[in-house]
Amino acid sequence: MSLESGSATDQQVEALSQKFTLGFTYTRSTGPVVGRFLSSLRDGKMVGVKGSDGRVIVPPVEYDPVTAEALSEFVDVADTGEVVNWCWVAEPTEHHPLSHPFAWGMVKLDGADTPILHAIDTQGDASQMATGMKVRVRWLDQAQGNIKDIVCFEPGDSSSGNVPQHDFEEPVVMMDAPTYLDYNYTAGNATARYLHQIRKGKIVGQKAPGGDFVYVPPRGSCPATGVATTEEVECADVATVESFTIVHIPIPGNPIKPPYVVANLLADGADVSFIHLLSEVDNDAVEIGMRVKAVWKPEEEWSYAMDNIRYWKPLENESDKGGK
Amino acid sequence: MQDVAIVSFVQSDCVRHAGAQNEVELIMPVVQAALKEAGLSSVQDVDFTCSGSCDYQQGAAFAFVAGVDALGAVPPIKESHVEMDAAWALYESWLKIQMGQAESALIYGFGKSSPGQLSNVLSLQLDPYYLAPLGVDTISLAAMQARSLLESGEVSEADLAEVVVNSRANAKNNPHAQLSGDFTVDQLLAEPETVSPLRKHDCCPISDGAAAMIICTVEKAKAMGKPYAVIKGIDHRIETHHVTLRDLSRSPSVEIAAEKAGVHDAPVDVAEIYAPFSHQEIIVKRALGLDDSVAINPSGGVLAGHLFMASGLSRVGEVAKRIIAGEYKRGVAHATSGPCLQQNMITVLEGM
Repeated sequence: MSLESGSATDQQVEALSQKFTLGFTYTRSTGPVVGRFLSSLRDGKMVGVKGSDGRVIVPPVEYDPVTAEALSEFVDVADTGEVVNWCWVAEPTEHHPLSHPFAWGMVKLDGADTPILHAIDTQGDASQMATGMKVRVRWLDQAQGNIKDIVCFEPGDSSSGNVPQHDFEEPVVMMDAPTYLDYNYTAGNATARYLHQIRKGKIVGQKAPGGDFVYVPPRGSCPATGVATTEEVECADVATVESFTIVHIPIPGNPIKPPYVVANLLADGADVSFIHLLSEVDNDAVEIGMRVKAVWKPEEEWSYAMDNIRYWKPLENESDKGGK
Repeated sequence: MQDVAIVSFVQSDCVRHAGAQNEVELIMPVVQAALKEAGLSSVQDVDFTCSGSCDYQQGAAFAFVAGVDALGAVPPIKESHVEMDAAWALYESWLKIQMGQAESALIYGFGKSSPGQLSNVLSLQLDPYYLAPLGVDTISLAAMQARSLLESGEVSEADLAEVVVNSRANAKNNPHAQLSGDFTVDQLLAEPETVSPLRKHDCCPISDGAAAMIICTVEKAKAMGKPYAVIKGIDHRIETHHVTLRDLSRSPSVEIAAEKAGVHDAPVDVAEIYAPFSHQEIIVKRALGLDDSVAINPSGGVLAGHLFMASGLSRVGEVAKRIIAGEYKRGVAHATSGPCLQQNMITVLEGM
């Protein structure tokens, strides 16, 4: 049960990485149960729901966790309670609700039978934290209608007396729930080798040993056989249009103004097409089988990306293949 | 239920950064090695292929589709994917064989966690109204689970450290492990708490890598003439999505799955437990009803290397490997998913 070293990784080139943030800017509908809870938060009130066994569940859930019965009997509970579990976060991240050291706690509110999970602020002092300690809600000044209307819990036997302000009239039915995740993506070895060639102004496809297909761009294997594409094949910056579409609608985040032509291009020497732009052409004159040539950016602008080629334009003359 | 044979299992090294290896380049070597070990020449020689992975790990949409490029899927193969640990891909494949729709299957799992921040990525699996907006992370949730166990008075911090000592010591014999070595309980307890009551060593490392397995009917395994281990029972159970409504100090889902999979039908001499946090090994071991005579995590477990999305499959593979080698007779493999051991799968394995 051992691995033979993959031949693809024997061809090492400098790794290429790129940071990016992935955002999911969702808006979520709350439904009547969660909506009732979030609506109450805006008024500085905590509400739970009675479970099948009569226990008061806070925050309320739509279905009983044991019987799966739909729940609807709401019960008011206090904004004070007791810590039943906690952990100490010595080094908060930017995703956390507090920027200084704090505790996550499970707090059983007075009148509730199950705990709510939220942050507990002891001004960075871990020694104040203990199971059984009394805490109260610290409310947000201007309510938004989501769980963050509770800023956090803080030590205290009785309510703070402060309640959130708001001028909402309708109950909460929707909430913004954006999520952002940071990544530092590293290209695979085959892709990295390809991009190092693009950086030099060359389109160099790859094929598996003994394989027939030259892939541009390569992704690591010949997908038909599952064999690593260890052999490199330089292709021309002249291509044939395999298919195309004319884009008439603006695409969010895309700097190119419509209408423009996106085409599947088969570079001379390659066996699979890649997608790129066509320009310097009458859009209505584009056709499948059309011969095109790369229009490169000035060499000093070249990087490790396919947009080193600004776009492709019709090839006037088959003998006009050299030069960039 | 018919017995199903495990004829090969291969896992990559657990490394913190796989660097310039994309999903195809992570999967290809383990799939090729697993096929070879089973005496098969290509993926065309199995009836079904199923994988487990999570695209949020590396932030690459449809990486699981791109991963199919590693297989050699021409002419087209029957293929499926679970957005779960590959242990559940094994379960789907096992079902295919039970249904008579396949006689053999390739299962693989892969994970490249290094591009992202895994504990934040995993916040996405929490309740989207009450917990995800707060940025509650998996380590913090696990820390509260540890406290619930510690404050029960039945488990001490030294018990947690003992789990880590054993993991690191066992991992010395595992060439794929990321963390191994000789430590003492006192040494570990002297380390600072990171998210109290957890210390850094109580938490699994984050690893990149992949694993692959070939299973088939017992008849087919005999025809292949290869040694194999047999899946005698398999079951998985899940608890409520709301962590605050669970008793985190025990695992009712493991208890039920163990019962249904037949763990207690005969003595067990080895178990691989998927416990990304030291205290979780204690919770699962108790829920499985295993005593101290059972060898726990001879591979070192996931505290020695955590291929997120492949570690559950690896637990099955590690038990199978040892049964095939004749080191043990009857073993249990545990896989988990979700925060604080929310969902659990139990597989019972025996020799041929």
